[in-house]
Amino acid sequence: MTRITSDDVRKVAKLCRLEIPEDDIEKYSNQLEGILEYIAQLERIDTLNVPPTTRAVEVVNAFREDTIVSSSSDVRDKILDLAPQREGEFFRVPKILSE
Amino acid sequence: MQTIAQWRQKLLKGEVSSLELIDETISRIESIDNTIHSYLYVNKDKARFAAAKIDEARAAGDALPPLAGIPLAIKDNLCTQGIPTTCSSRMLETFVPPYESTVTEKLWKAGGILIGKTNLDEFAMGSSTETSAFGATANPWNVSRVPGGSSGGSAAAVASRLCTASLGSDTGGSIRQPASFCGVVGLKPTYGRVSRWGLIAFASSLDQVGPFSNNVEDAAELLQVIAGKDPKDSTSLDAPVPNYSENLSTSISGMRIGLIKECFDQEGLDADVKESVLKAAENLQSLGAELVEISCPRFNDGIATYYVIAPSEASANLARYDGVKYGYRFEEVDDLASMTAISRARGFGNEVQRRILIGTYALSAGYVDAFYKKAQQVRTLIRRDFDNAFKKVDILLTPTSPTTAFKSGKNHDNPLAMYLSDLLTIPANLAGLPSISLPCGFDPSGLPIGMQLIGNVLDEPRLLQVAHQYEQSSEIMKSAPDCEFINS
Repeated sequence: MTRITSDDVRKVAKLCRLEIPEDDIEKYSNQLEGILEYIAQLERIDTLNVPPTTRAVEVVNAFREDTIVSSSSDVRDKILDLAPQREGEFFRVPKILSE
Repeated sequence: MQTIAQWRQKLLKGEVSSLELIDETISRIESIDNTIHSYLYVNKDKARFAAAKIDEARAAGDALPPLAGIPLAIKDNLCTQGIPTTCSSRMLETFVPPYESTVTEKLWKAGGILIGKTNLDEFAMGSSTETSAFGATANPWNVSRVPGGSSGGSAAAVASRLCTASLGSDTGGSIRQPASFCGVVGLKPTYGRVSRWGLIAFASSLDQVGPFSNNVEDAAELLQVIAGKDPKDSTSLDAPVPNYSENLSTSISGMRIGLIKECFDQEGLDADVKESVLKAAENLQSLGAELVEISCPRFNDGIATYYVIAPSEASANLARYDGVKYGYRFEEVDDLASMTAISRARGFGNEVQRRILIGTYALSAGYVDAFYKKAQQVRTLIRRDFDNAFKKVDILLTPTSPTTAFKSGKNHDNPLAMYLSDLLTIPANLAGLPSISLPCGFDPSGLPIGMQLIGNVLDEPRLLQVAHQYEQSSEIMKSAPDCEFINS
């Protein structure tokens, strides 16, 4: 049922922020088509009026007070230190808008 | 082979020290793990230090916690504070977590010692541990075979005695299938029984952490330590944690065990696997269990359902790797969007990218109802099959995987063929049910065969009881790979 074209792969890759080399586009479209063809067997199953399952074992919402449990600036530092580029208290990134 | 309980007795009597056990384990890793490659990181110095402290406590006459001095291996998708946690991905190659996962914190509090972090398929996506960015793991029974996956390192380490027990994670069979391929015990608890805090997310509605061990008693001991409500994981269940070891020795006489017809009728099921699991069923019958044939008509649709739901959740979970906050960044580009897209393309391997693409496609405008919603509805039907089955029986029995360990490289360019090895394990994840794999035989080439038991929600006690009773009646569990290559 589902034909995956090279354009579909380019479009989806853009949506999920993956820079896929042109040479690999066809390989991916073939593989995705194979997988989606397999998945398409779900179509023959009658699911009229069947509610979707979002979680297998029901739990109720777990609310808690919104309180600060650790005030150590040490934690903030440790987290910022993981960044590929840090500048003071900020994550440094390349420019967002081109000129 | 000794259980954790037997080690504890020896340790308490002073017949062996914790440091001796750790040193013996480390030297075995040094002599054979270059062949098996179950570890990505060996925690040598800190492990020796922790062991020395256990020995001091014992000498001082202090009470020892339940896992005192036991060398444990941890799948490298569980965060360990100050110790690299890579998910076997270039994306997290240099990631050192600033926090500890709840399950590992509980293990260390119980006296367990981190011996190392184990190899996995990248981001736990795979069934052979071949998608690891840091090299594949070999099956200790035959090094030309895969150990299964994604928790292949944790399974191979236990099988080749490079730790006493280990933790893995199971999203579609990633504990049970490698346990089956490596001839060890692997337990996936009920969804929510064990906290996921600090487990690097793959598919959040399916992921669950569980133990690998050489015997059922040890699996029960580990589950005892890691189970329970965790305020940091709001999906963890607030149900009392029973004593998992208490009923292991109780007879299973009168227990009703269901054989799922659809599993045994599988086209792709190896004759040797089928025969071995049916023989195990007879064995359970001779222990007093009643065998009942059960039909779960939607069981075999589990895999198609899973390959919509898991990649969809993964595509959302992996959106966080953007080259900004942590993980790999491609630096030689001067705008943000390209930086993120190239960092992700270079940081993630093929299988991870493939699954992100499938998931994004399934969730994209125009396809959500046809794929995602449809899969969630079939998920309901699969759950209902199990609900009906558990009205008739106490425990379900199937093979763990349709085949024994396959050759390395066999499914390289055929992702779909690889996915099919999880055909029999996936339904328990979709329904959130506890499930265990344990060895029940060998194929003619000497590779282990695993049987899978599935229990109802939170029925780990009975699941472990049946597994233990089978184990005690069988000689299979006493076998271990000879690891002949040690001296070759």
